[in-house]
Amino acid sequence: MQITAALPVAKMVGANRTVLGNGIVHVVGDAGLPAEKEKELRRKLVEQALRVLQASEND
Amino acid sequence: MRVVHYLNQFFAGLGGEEQAGAGLEERGGAVGPGKLLEQLLGADAMIVATLICGDNFAVENSPVVIADAVSRIRHARADLFVAGPCFLAGRYGMASGALCVAVQTMLGIPVITGMAMENPGVDLYRETLYIADSGDSTAKMRQALTRMAALAGKLVRGESIGLPRDEGYIPRGLIRDQFVGRTAGERLVDMVLAKVKGAPFESEMMPMTFAPIPAPPGVKDLRNAKIMLITDGGLVPKGNPDKIQGSAATRWGSYSVKDCNDLQGIDYEISHGGYDAQFVRQDPDRLVPLDVMRELEREGAIGKLHDEFISTSGLANPLSNTRRMGREMAAKAKQLGIDAIIVTST
Repeated sequence: MQITAALPVAKMVGANRTVLGNGIVHVVGDAGLPAEKEKELRRKLVEQALRVLQASEND
Repeated sequence: MRVVHYLNQFFAGLGGEEQAGAGLEERGGAVGPGKLLEQLLGADAMIVATLICGDNFAVENSPVVIADAVSRIRHARADLFVAGPCFLAGRYGMASGALCVAVQTMLGIPVITGMAMENPGVDLYRETLYIADSGDSTAKMRQALTRMAALAGKLVRGESIGLPRDEGYIPRGLIRDQFVGRTAGERLVDMVLAKVKGAPFESEMMPMTFAPIPAPPGVKDLRNAKIMLITDGGLVPKGNPDKIQGSAATRWGSYSVKDCNDLQGIDYEISHGGYDAQFVRQDPDRLVPLDVMRELEREGAIGKLHDEFISTSGLANPLSNTRRMGREMAAKAKQLGIDAIIVTST
């Protein structure tokens, strides 16, 4: 699966498991957040990625 | 003009799937569709040899078959090599494409093949070869061979090849300079006006097409799964040991994170010329989420995080290159018994 801020590119090449990342410059982070909040955000994105990995095509 | 023609077991009349394991053989003269091809190529064309190979054998023993075929084609003193048409037959298309590329590169003679748009050989070889659009119906054999013969004639005579839609070949995705009467701005306004009016217009941007890849089944048991992280954001250890290029990278690297729970900016650098990397340099976990993956591993939410991440730089890279690297990475992951991969892309 792919976490990316450029979702249209991923879709165009046929990626079938995707999660929208938080910006090109920090796809699983956010330099504007305090460290703790940033890690929470990263964890949320990764947990989303793990759910996407478990899904089957019909989900 | 001396021509060598390549056919699979089916079109050569050997048989169907039960003959797909047949090895490469050579026959003198034209076989099956080769007879019509010979006529269409014109009076001075002669098919001096037909090479025949079973589809499975050709794909499974590709290097051997290619070497053997090239040597036979050289020996036949061919001026032209023709493979197919393959229509929708995938293995036939892949073998024909690989053979054409090898002959074109090693012998420097013109080559032509024909396939349906959806043939997997198209995706692999359209950039390198002229592939006549054969359509998917074998009933259109004459039409396919006519297109192939016309293109082959031009290639042999060294004439320039026109646009795909005029010449009946599959768009190669190449951009060619051309003089036109109207500026880009004028053409653009015309297109917008046509669009507003609902009139037909043709975009000058050729969207690349990608064959759909079916999704593999979902990971059943994440708690026992081995997961790997990959990034195309160019994160590499300080000093860039594999010299991964920041643009049009031809290489990728695999870097240990054994006993590491949190990536430190001081240990890494970014080899990627396409985004502002200052934030990832400060904290590489913003690109490769090692810290939270380790947390999830400790908590038992995932079985194991593989102790290396893979990295390359995804910028301005030809597809042939990225596909090769993708295949190499997938092979490595398979060999390591990885169950799932998270790719982070900038």
